[in-house]
Amino acid sequence: MRRGPWWAFLLHRLSGVALAVFLPVHFLVLGLAVERAALDRVLDWTDNPWVKLAEAGLVVLLALHLTGGLRVLLLEFGRWSDRQQSRIAVAGGLALLAGFGFLAAAFA
Amino acid sequence: MKEAWLFAAQRVSAMVLAPLVLLHLGTVLYAVRGGLSADEILARTEGSLFWGAVYGLFVLAAAVHAPIGLRAVLGEWCRWRGAGLDIAMALFGLVLLALGLRAVAAVL
Amino acid sequence: MKRARPRLVKTGYDGPVMAMLEVEIWRGEGGGGAWRRYAVPHEANQTVLDVVTHVQRHIDPSLAYRFACRVGMCGSCAMTVNGRPRWTCRTHVSQAARKGRVRIGPLRNLPVIRDLAVDMAPFFEKWRDAGARFVPSGEPPEEPVRPDEPERRAADAGIECINCAVCYAACDSVAWNPDYPGPAVLNRLWTLANDRRDGDRDGHLDAAGAGCHLCRSHQECADACPTGLNPTAAIAGLKREVFRRALGGRTREGRQ
Repeated sequence: MRRGPWWAFLLHRLSGVALAVFLPVHFLVLGLAVERAALDRVLDWTDNPWVKLAEAGLVVLLALHLTGGLRVLLLEFGRWSDRQQSRIAVAGGLALLAGFGFLAAAFA
Repeated sequence: MKEAWLFAAQRVSAMVLAPLVLLHLGTVLYAVRGGLSADEILARTEGSLFWGAVYGLFVLAAAVHAPIGLRAVLGEWCRWRGAGLDIAMALFGLVLLALGLRAVAAVL
Repeated sequence: MKRARPRLVKTGYDGPVMAMLEVEIWRGEGGGGAWRRYAVPHEANQTVLDVVTHVQRHIDPSLAYRFACRVGMCGSCAMTVNGRPRWTCRTHVSQAARKGRVRIGPLRNLPVIRDLAVDMAPFFEKWRDAGARFVPSGEPPEEPVRPDEPERRAADAGIECINCAVCYAACDSVAWNPDYPGPAVLNRLWTLANDRRDGDRDGHLDAAGAGCHLCRSHQECADACPTGLNPTAAIAGLKREVFRRALGGRTREGRQ
């Protein structure tokens, strides 16, 4: 009986938790930049196609949380619209597009 | 009204993050073409007031946004509530802030 | 809406073959209990409440359930029907049955007293604790209230609540947060915040500020509300006002 808005909520929450876990790691790695060689060792590791795929996953998560968050802001701060399902579809579609865009750019 | 204030902080930080994340996603898609290297990243960021401001603001907003979101998830799904949770989340925010500012300092 | 296809069952007597419904009803006191099966004759325009009443009158008089008006006014006959909270007096079996089967349980998110009767006290206690009732201001509004002014329209949109707790049972935030007042209470606070005759707008918004942020906009309440209200939209209005007040603003929505 769960409908679109419930699943949109779940995706938003799960992507948010995943990003909250990833963010400290991301900051730690960037902190290596004081020593270029150390950062380059990590970046070389990311040349692995599987790591790139995982990064595409992160891009999708970030894009999902962004579009999902804009949807929530629109729902809460905008005028109420009964077209909630279309907004969810647009949010999800844009996030997937960002993921494919990353893959296209990374493997180009 | 602690809860009302946290709610407002969560939404304000979201409004700040939205354009920054969009910019970040664009940069990621642009930068990933042809692989990443420390030189390439640092050439963009070093000495740049613009990127310093963007990422500094990003870190600040994320350090507010992520702990409030995580607090809601832990309260609702893990039944962890009360002062212990609040302290843990405040610490999480401070860790994010410290790691994030360290990362920004490293790439500037 | 899917039409039910009642299953034909031989009843063992020489009369015409009757269409029978396979009904499962939750039986038990407090936390414990089990689903029990009953065969109930299917009739045209039969409501779920009719089914429950048939079981109690003709099969097992010990079945506990609650109803009063039977015409969708009083809000006392809400139950969980095939997984969805519904007002049973206005829910036709043909709307709710799946393949001739109906499973009827007590409302979610409220303690079960016995069988289909839940204890509504927590629902109304939250209502009382939030002060979600009209507070006379003691004097008439400076300007007359026009039926078409934006605030009156916003209040009217949420006014037909019958306190049936269907939204309360449908809401996951209620299940996840013991402090969450639930959709009905917040919907009422929003109608009061928009009622210019009310004397305690700040008090109502303070009460909303303690809980409205826990709404995750699942919109299950709006989906389930038998009178077609949209508590999610009302709560979004409260969130806007609470947000504005938290940031120091005191302006009234729809007015300068």
